[in-house]
Amino acid sequence: MGPFDYTVLVPSLPFLWTGLQFSVHLTLIAMSGGIVLGTLLALARLSGPKPLSTASAMYVDLMRSIPLVMVILWFFLVIPLIIGKPVGAEYSAIITFTAFEAAYYSEIMRAGIQSVSKGQAMAGYALGMTYGQNMRLVVLPQAFRNMLPVLLTQTIILFQDTSLVYAIGAKDLLKAADIAGKNYNRPVEMYLFSAVIYFVICFSLSALVKRLQKRYAVLR
Amino acid sequence: MAMIEIRDVNKWFGRFHVLVDCTSAVDKGEVVVVCGPSGSGKSTLIKCVNGLEPFQKGEIHVNGISVGTAGTDLPKLRSHVGMVFQHFELFPHMTVIENLTIAQEKVLGRGRDAARDKGLSLLDRVGLTEFADKHPGQLSGGQQQRVAIARALAMDPICMLFDEPTSALDPEMIGEVLAVMQDLARDGMTMMVVTHEMGFARNVAHRVIFMDQGRILEDATKEEFFGTPRSERAQTFLSKILSH
Ligand SMILES: Nc1ncnc2c1ncn2[C@@H]1O[C@H](COP(=O)(O)OP(=O)(O)OP(=O)(O)O)[C@@H](O)[C@H]1O
Ligand SMILES: [Mg+2]
Repeated sequence: MGPFDYTVLVPSLPFLWTGLQFSVHLTLIAMSGGIVLGTLLALARLSGPKPLSTASAMYVDLMRSIPLVMVILWFFLVIPLIIGKPVGAEYSAIITFTAFEAAYYSEIMRAGIQSVSKGQAMAGYALGMTYGQNMRLVVLPQAFRNMLPVLLTQTIILFQDTSLVYAIGAKDLLKAADIAGKNYNRPVEMYLFSAVIYFVICFSLSALVKRLQKRYAVLR
Repeated sequence: MAMIEIRDVNKWFGRFHVLVDCTSAVDKGEVVVVCGPSGSGKSTLIKCVNGLEPFQKGEIHVNGISVGTAGTDLPKLRSHVGMVFQHFELFPHMTVIENLTIAQEKVLGRGRDAARDKGLSLLDRVGLTEFADKHPGQLSGGQQQRVAIARALAMDPICMLFDEPTSALDPEMIGEVLAVMQDLARDGMTMMVVTHEMGFARNVAHRVIFMDQGRILEDATKEEFFGTPRSERAQTFLSKILSH
């Protein structure tokens, strides 16, 4: 193989770019879907009727107790059986990550909702708000704001975890680097390069989280 | 007819009997002060009035509407019963004017401009117009509590409940809040006020209710109450409070 040869990076950039795009799309969709679903799970857990609350708790505990790779593989096998047709690795990954991350975001949102004082909800009710209005207008915005750094940190972990879709052959950044490495017979350079990309993105986001934390420390 | 009617109300927290056979009434335009030692159930009673706390026995009627009955539209009832809390409970993620308009718009369905006009005129009434676009965190405690009163008034309440509105305030800010409340009373607002400010009770209240261990021990006109409280507990309580 010889010494490092980075000239192969240039022709494979467009290919790696498509991989990165999928990784980012997957992250963004799983984040938005996961936060929405996770918030609903948290609300069900905290203020739903008993069966719903238990079901929510069980779902969250289940997802958090199984290694992600196994969930990815299982969903890949099971989703086609439920839908009745193959969905493809990419769609399967999107569904899996949304469902899986919802469990983690749900725990964050639950802590966030509990971080808002009871008096705030009382004030909302005293003004005549319904449960839904009170949550939407008073409690959740504050819960979300209080938890923003933690939500972002979870999203950074999510972004790194998306590399696991490689297990079902979805073409994310890692898979693209893998393929390009094989094509040019330069796997080391390709893996290194993709590691740098992961690092740069995650490191910048972490820096952003630190800045946010500082700002909120001042605000409170 | 009484604006607030409380009849034989009993409430338990688990096995703890927090309200015992409470009976009283607040007439339209009347100002009633509720006092008593810590833990006597004052906050619990006042929260039962607008259904923020459920109770197990007895009846409460507000403007003829039964609070404890299953079919009652509690949000609708609460929308015209103002409430002011010890810790203000302004919404910290909204500006002052948004605090005053949000429930007008979302609960009463008022238009944006109408709600804003109403909010601004009430801010003017409590002397805080220039703070409209600030956030609650930028205001002093006394200012926040005045905003909280304005927020309640924005809903055009038929009566107002206050739960120790000045006890979280620095001494120099108590006066400004009491002044706003005195103003309200003078305008004929029906008010039920949990407070230990006996000066306010003397100047503004019509009646005083004294509670201890979940029971209403005294329910008298202020002249009677400050003249010769009948129960020993109330006498002890008053001498303690008035001595500092
Ligand atoms: N959610 C609750 N669960 C159990 N006990 C409670 C609850 N809320 C209040 N209590 C108890 O009920 C009693 C009455 O409480 P409440 O807050 O009504 O008293 P208070 O007269 O307002 O006292 P304070 O002057 O300290 O505000 C207290 O002993 C309190 O510990
Ligand atoms: Mg109290």
